[in-house]
Amino acid sequence: MIIYFLILLLFAVGLYGLLSQRNLVKLIISMSILECAADLLLIAAGWRANGSAPVIAAGQDAGQFALSSVDPLPQAMVLVSIAIGLALLLLLTAIALRLYHEYGTYDIGEIRRLRG
Amino acid sequence: MSSSLLPYFLMIPAGLGFLIPLLGRSRIRPADTLAALGTGLLLALSLFTLGKTGKHLVGGWPQPIGITLALDPLSSLMLTLIAGLGLCASIFSIRALDRHTGRSHYYSLFLLMIAGMNGVALTRDLFNLYVFLELASISSYALVAFSAEAEDLEAGFKYAILSGLGSIFILLGIAVVYLCYGTVNLPQLAERLALAPAGELINFSLILLLAGFCIKAGLIPFHFWLPDAHPAAPAPVSAMLSGILIKALGLYALARLLFNVYDLSPGLGRLLLGLGALSMIGGVLLAIGQNDFKRMLAYHSISQIGYIALAFGLGTPLGIMAGIYHLVNHAAFKSLLFLSAGAVEYRTGTRDLNELGGLRARMPVTSAASLVGSLSIAGVPPLNGFFSKLLIIFACVQAGRQGLAAAAVIVSILTLASFMKVQRAAFFGPLKDKWTGLKEVPFSMQLSLFLLMAACLALSLLVLPGLREQFLNSAQAVLSAGIMPAGGSR
Repeated sequence: MIIYFLILLLFAVGLYGLLSQRNLVKLIISMSILECAADLLLIAAGWRANGSAPVIAAGQDAGQFALSSVDPLPQAMVLVSIAIGLALLLLLTAIALRLYHEYGTYDIGEIRRLRG
Repeated sequence: MSSSLLPYFLMIPAGLGFLIPLLGRSRIRPADTLAALGTGLLLALSLFTLGKTGKHLVGGWPQPIGITLALDPLSSLMLTLIAGLGLCASIFSIRALDRHTGRSHYYSLFLLMIAGMNGVALTRDLFNLYVFLELASISSYALVAFSAEAEDLEAGFKYAILSGLGSIFILLGIAVVYLCYGTVNLPQLAERLALAPAGELINFSLILLLAGFCIKAGLIPFHFWLPDAHPAAPAPVSAMLSGILIKALGLYALARLLFNVYDLSPGLGRLLLGLGALSMIGGVLLAIGQNDFKRMLAYHSISQIGYIALAFGLGTPLGIMAGIYHLVNHAAFKSLLFLSAGAVEYRTGTRDLNELGGLRARMPVTSAASLVGSLSIAGVPPLNGFFSKLLIIFACVQAGRQGLAAAAVIVSILTLASFMKVQRAAFFGPLKDKWTGLKEVPFSMQLSLFLLMAACLALSLLVLPGLREQFLNSAQAVLSAGIMPAGGSR
C-alpha cells in the first residue's frame, strides 16, 4: 500500500512543479517526474511479492512460470512509455534551447507574448 | 479482403515518413510527390474500406493476447476523413512551405502524425491506443513549433506541456485499469467491466481517462493550449490539427471508450453534455473579440467541438448520428477555413483582420473558399453545416432538452455574426491601397481549396435517406450498440 502512496506523492510533486515553476527547464523536469510516477504505477501493477524475474528458464513449465514470476506485460509497456517520454523530453529541450536563443532567458514570465 | 488491408493504413504513412528524410534534396522534390501520393493512396484505400468491417491480428496472436486492429463503419469513416484532409493539406503544403526550410522533415512529421491518427482509429488495445496517440501528438508538437519563430516556439512548448499532461493522465488511467482488471484489450476489458460491480477505482480510472482525452479534444475547461497552438502552426498543419487531430485523438477515442467499453451511464452522458454546452457557448463568446484570423478560427473549433460533444452526450441514436455527421462536416469546413486563412497569409503576410480588406477583387478563389466555409460553419443551407446543426437541434428537442436546443440556435447565430464580420473585414468592402498588387494563390493551393469546397457541398448529400443509412447510421450503430463483444467481428 505504501508504494501507491509514494507514487501519489511523486505525482503530486510533478504536478506542483508543472503548475508553479516559471523556468522552462524546471517545467521539463516536472514533466519527467510525472512520467516517472505513471511508469512506476504500471510497474507496481505487475508486481507480486517474492516473484521471480519474468524470464522463462530452459525446460521450465509455462504454468509454473506464470505462478512464480511477476507480470511481464507492464514491464514491456513501461519500456515503450520510457521511449515515448524520451522523445517528448528531447523535443521539449530542443524547443527550450531555441527559445533561449530567441529571448536569452528561460523564464516564461519574461518571454510570454501570447495571450492566454 | 478488407482485413488484410488494415496494416497498410499504418505501414504506408509510417514507412513514407521514415523514407522521405533519407531521400535528400533534388530538383524534382521527391518529398512533395511522395507525401501527396501516399495520402492519395490512403484515401483510395479508406474509400474502398468505407462501411466495411474486418479484423487483423497483429503478428498472428489470438484476440486477448495480441494487439487487434479492427475496422468498423465508424473507424473507416475516421480513416477516410484523415486521408482526405491529409491529401488536401499535403497538396496545399507544396507551396505553403516556400518560406520554410526543412521540407522533408515537415513531410516526415506530417505523415507520422497521420500514421498515429490511423492507429488510434483502428486499434482495439488500450495501451496501443496510447502509443499511437503519442505518435500523433509528439509529431504535432513539432509541427506547431515548425516555423521556429519566437511565438511559434512558445506556442509549441505550451502545447507540448499541456497536451503532455493529458497524455500522462491517460497513461495513469491505463495503469489503474490494468491494476483493477488485468487487461488492456478493449473487448475483454468491456466484458470484465460489465461483470464486475462499479468500484471506486474504476471511476478513478474513468476520471483520469476523461481528463486526458478532454485535454486532447480541447473542450473548454481544458482548452488553454488550443488557441495558441492552432494559429502558430503552418496553415496546412492548422487545418489538420483543427480538422481532424482534436477529433481523432480526443472525441473519437473518448466516444469509443465511453460508449463501447464503459457503457455510457446517464451521469457520464450529463457530464459530456455539460462540457459540450460549456465549450459551445464559451468558444463562440471568446471568438467574437478576436482580430487574428486563425486565432478566431481556433476558438470556433472549440465551439464546434462543443456541438459534437453535446450531441454525443445526449446518448440517443439521433444525437450520436448528428454528432458523427457534424464531426465529418466540421472536418471539411474548418480545414477549408484554415487553408483559406493560410492562403491570405501566404499572399499578404498578415492574419490581422483589421489590416485586410477588399481581397475579393484580387483573390476570387480564396474569397469564395472562405465564403463557403463561413456559410457552412454558420449553418446556412444548403451547405453541410446546416444539416448537421439542424439534426443536433432536433436531437436535443427529441431528448427533452429544449434549453440546449435554444442555446445551439443562439450559438449558431453568433457564429454567423462572427463570420460575417470576417467576410466584411477581409474580403468585401473597398480594396485597401497596399493590397492592389495582390495576386491569387498558386494553382496547387487553389486545387486543395476547390477539393474542400466540393466536399462541403457534397457532404450535405449525406442527409439524404439512402446515403444516410449507409454511412451515418452504420457508424452511429457502432456506438449505440453498447460494449463491444469479445469474440465478434468488432
